[in-house]
Amino acid sequence: MTVYLVRRLIQALFVVLAMSVIVFVGVFAIGDPVEILISPDADQLERERAVAALGLDLPLWHQYLVFLGNALQGDLGRSFVFNEPALKLILQRMPATLELAFGAMFISILVGLPLGLYAGLRPNSPASKTIMAGSILGFSLPTFWVGLMLIMVFAVQLGWLPSTGRGETCSVLGFLGVQPCGAGLQWSFLTVDGLAHMAMPALNLALFKISLVIRLTRAGVRETMLMDYVKFARAKGLSPARVTFVHVFKNILIPVVTVVGLELGSTIAFSVVTESVFAWPGMGKLIIDSINVLDRPVIVAYLMIIVLMFITINLIVDLTYSMLDPRVRLETKGA
Amino acid sequence: MERNVQRRRRAFATLAAVGMAVAAGQVHAQTATIAVGAPVTSIDPHYHQLSPNNAVSDSIFDKLVNTDAQARNIPGLATEWRVVEPTVWEFRLRPNVRFHNGNAFTAEDVAFTLQRLPNVPNSPSSYAVYARPITRIEVVDPLTIRFHTAQPYPLLPLDMTNVRIIDRESSENVTTEDFNSLRAAAGTGPYRAVTHRNGDRIEFERWDGYWGDRAPFERVSYRMITNDAARTAALLAGDVDLIDQVPTSDIAKLRRDNRVQLSETVGLRLIFLGIDHLRAANENSPFITGNDGQPLGRNPLRDVRVRRALSMAIDRRAIVERVMEGAAVPANQFLPEGVFGHVDDLPAPAYDPDGARRLLAEAGYPQGFRIQLNGPNDRYMNDGRIVQAIGQMWTRIGVRTAVEAQPWTTFIGRAGRQEYSSFLIGWGSNPDGSHPLRNILATYSRERGWGASNRGRYSNPQVDDLLEQSLSEMDEAKRERLVVDAMRIAMQDVGVVPLHIQTNIWAARRGFEHTARRDELTRAQDLRPAAR
Amino acid sequence: MSQAVMNGAAPAAPRKDKVETPFRRFVSEFAESKVALGGLVVFTAIALVAIFASVIAPQNPYDLAQLDIMDGRMEPGTVGGAGFTYWLGTDDQGRDMLSGIMYGLRISLMVGAGSAFIACVVGASLGLLAAYAGKRTDTVIMRLVDLQLSFPSILVALMILAFLGKGIMNVVIALVIVEWAYYARTVRGTALVERRREYIEAAQCLALPTHRILFRHLLPNCLPPLIVVATMQVARAIALEATLSFLGLGVPITEPSLGLLIANGYEYMLSGKYWISFYPGIALLITIVSINLVGDQLRDVLNPRLKK
Repeated sequence: MTVYLVRRLIQALFVVLAMSVIVFVGVFAIGDPVEILISPDADQLERERAVAALGLDLPLWHQYLVFLGNALQGDLGRSFVFNEPALKLILQRMPATLELAFGAMFISILVGLPLGLYAGLRPNSPASKTIMAGSILGFSLPTFWVGLMLIMVFAVQLGWLPSTGRGETCSVLGFLGVQPCGAGLQWSFLTVDGLAHMAMPALNLALFKISLVIRLTRAGVRETMLMDYVKFARAKGLSPARVTFVHVFKNILIPVVTVVGLELGSTIAFSVVTESVFAWPGMGKLIIDSINVLDRPVIVAYLMIIVLMFITINLIVDLTYSMLDPRVRLETKGA
Repeated sequence: MERNVQRRRRAFATLAAVGMAVAAGQVHAQTATIAVGAPVTSIDPHYHQLSPNNAVSDSIFDKLVNTDAQARNIPGLATEWRVVEPTVWEFRLRPNVRFHNGNAFTAEDVAFTLQRLPNVPNSPSSYAVYARPITRIEVVDPLTIRFHTAQPYPLLPLDMTNVRIIDRESSENVTTEDFNSLRAAAGTGPYRAVTHRNGDRIEFERWDGYWGDRAPFERVSYRMITNDAARTAALLAGDVDLIDQVPTSDIAKLRRDNRVQLSETVGLRLIFLGIDHLRAANENSPFITGNDGQPLGRNPLRDVRVRRALSMAIDRRAIVERVMEGAAVPANQFLPEGVFGHVDDLPAPAYDPDGARRLLAEAGYPQGFRIQLNGPNDRYMNDGRIVQAIGQMWTRIGVRTAVEAQPWTTFIGRAGRQEYSSFLIGWGSNPDGSHPLRNILATYSRERGWGASNRGRYSNPQVDDLLEQSLSEMDEAKRERLVVDAMRIAMQDVGVVPLHIQTNIWAARRGFEHTARRDELTRAQDLRPAAR
Repeated sequence: MSQAVMNGAAPAAPRKDKVETPFRRFVSEFAESKVALGGLVVFTAIALVAIFASVIAPQNPYDLAQLDIMDGRMEPGTVGGAGFTYWLGTDDQGRDMLSGIMYGLRISLMVGAGSAFIACVVGASLGLLAAYAGKRTDTVIMRLVDLQLSFPSILVALMILAFLGKGIMNVVIALVIVEWAYYARTVRGTALVERRREYIEAAQCLALPTHRILFRHLLPNCLPPLIVVATMQVARAIALEATLSFLGLGVPITEPSLGLLIANGYEYMLSGKYWISFYPGIALLITIVSINLVGDQLRDVLNPRLKK
């Protein structure tokens, strides 16, 4: 087990390395950050100064080695744009994205599970067909379009919810009296105003997941209902409610939660569009802004964090699988 | 499940009620919320020369010379300035001015600020250019300062409109981070920043010790909403009181909406087409071929008749009316009427497709040729649409045009390496004709620092000559004549193909009044409660 | 997304009539769901429209010479300068929306189906290989999957744009790079379980060549979840292309896909010019729904576990 974990750790290191190389070469190919960042009326001298100031005058491999050297000391570089440590910028934005992603997951389970259960139990009823058709909407409508429609309806027409932004936040640590509000990590799910701001972007982000959960649940229910132990439970004369909620539900919950957990990674990684439509100051907004101005240190640092997160999630999944299903043994994957 | 739905509905209603209460609170007259379309990258006024940063800095800091809404120089921290000798400028400073931290403003602060400009570490675009012409700073007395320059330098007051003055006592060795965290952001401006959340919002509070007109609001929240539609929606939903960069597609609707009032002015940003002048007349331009797709063996764009034909073929009025929905004026030069260096006798070219075809035939291209027009699709108002419209128009005179629009990130580098034959780009001028001449139309030269944004590599010795004279002419009337002459020559030579000058548009909710600015800056102090 | 996603529409107890060839049984099982059959008909119609767009569309919306901005943003039903009626209105360039949708369908289907197909082949092969070969191969492939899944599609698209320039094929390439990992992960998950089954062991004992075991024995048994993922990914690819277009990274602006048409019209939603975004949206929706109806039924028919 320890050997296995160590191996995975080494592999993770290689993945992160590979990623940083790709980003370096890729950003280099996309364009020149100085061309984008510099004031248009800067003269040639000023341009040369800026190139040197950002360390872009060195050959690419040299820049990479400098980066590696600093990274080994825990310094992932300073943002070209903000002149602040890239890691700090990302960590500042992380709570906003995390709470949005968790909010979206929460909504998707809250909405998806009951709908999927119903559709699975009564697969032929018109309501089920409507649910299934509706679930197709969830992953076929472009996110940016749905986002704007939500704003139009709930903020502009009905005026129920604030249109954009993050609303009031509160620091958890401040909550405990350690730090005053305004410092530390900011969370908005602790205030009512914050929750109101979160509702629409979380729903927007959740749409795809809702569809996924509906489909997973329905599929799970239908397969489980045909299983012998369910037939047996029914034959024993247990009430349909008990069969459904105790026997069926318990069994489908595991795959649903696994998949939703797996999707957490992609939810965080792909909150980009939702965050920019709703002006949500999270990591996704940061990365799209950074990509637009080729702020390489931030892009590299962000991707490193995301890669590590995916690796961790996948590792947990693999471990869980091997525990749940003895047929999948760990040795088959180590090397 | 029924119950579940009901519960959600009730929760929703509660949320909605709270949302409305919050919205109602914001309408209170002492506060205002502004939403801007471009992110502010720093509070440090000398770190990144970028319009959104300048707009925020202008609320917190002052300059020796401020600019009014029409982009004219007006006294700021200096009450008057004059030329002592051709190479010496003297500025008299405003007395009794205090920084937000209580320190008094003196000439030492000015000298300190100018020394800091070239020494901001890691700056991706510094303000050093404004300090460079100055060879020596002479503090005559606490309220008088003199700048010595190597050559006579008429543009010094204009340069000073870009230099925001910081407090010397509290700013020794401050870093950009100190400004961003607001530890060091003490200026003399009408507002002081109290919260700064990177890429999200800045909260301003009125500074009661301001030397000028008292700021109209006690608190101003300055939010960044980069998505155009979301910004308009936020205004319509009542979450914000003022938005900038109103998308042209929303103008008509907002004009009809009596909850909203637009403020607008013709700006200083020209949208134009860069033209490949780099390839000689007998070389191939990268994206031009004959109608058969074979290389032409020559660069038609070096022939002024072809350039003129391409310019005449563009129906600028149609672009302004249909694509820009009225938010621009057709132009044949960089600056609008009323700005130093505007050429009166240079009207926008008339749309004349027949004349364009004749000129093409005269130049030896009766059947036209093929060209690719490049452009960004996320930089200027409707940029992607404009290039398509021009593609239609050029194709109609026989110049079969392919259009490629791509994000600015990938576009600008290639444009800067002269990889295109023709490309759409914009230029936001300082309110002085020498500015576009020097950066766009002058021959590219590293030694002189000219033509740094001359991406088509236009070159005309006559233009260079006149510009050179103007740059050391201390008599404003003579200087303007030189600038105007240079601009006229470059434009008659079709060094670039001007399209239109953008109109800057803001939209405010009823109850608020905003003064539109030529320089596109969205400043907190320009928003006031409407007079009743 | 593991095997559990794969279930959808009505369970079909196979009826026994006439001579049963596997294909005929498949057809009759498929036809049992009228909804799925309807979906197939609609999809076929859409595909035909897309294929013959250049013949039936009143305008070639990709030819700038045929467009006129003076006809821009006309309401549905207006007669334009070219003499024919814009039944669905025009967009900002004066492009007939009806023609634009027909041509746009072609691009979207090409991009969506094309990228899903290529990604499926690449991803499934790698997934199978990873599960079957195990050891180092598995490690390398799965870490590649990790790497790929964490890379934002926007950055991938930007890099492709920078390396290869703009073009429809390049969008397909970008989408393949973004999507293959999903297939690889799905197939590997199923295959890991399947390869321990007796029939594979039997095949191995027979010393059959690896490729034969992989593609003749392992693959067919991994098919049901693959089809599910594939139908979802076609829809996802089309939607992703729309998002890329929204960000200015998609297909060329003069050859708009459905997604780009929607993204273009998005800016006009607030001003009441709904048709620029609405009709392409409807077309996109119908396309994706029909693909999914067919996909759902295919999965049910092919899923052995629903046949008890």
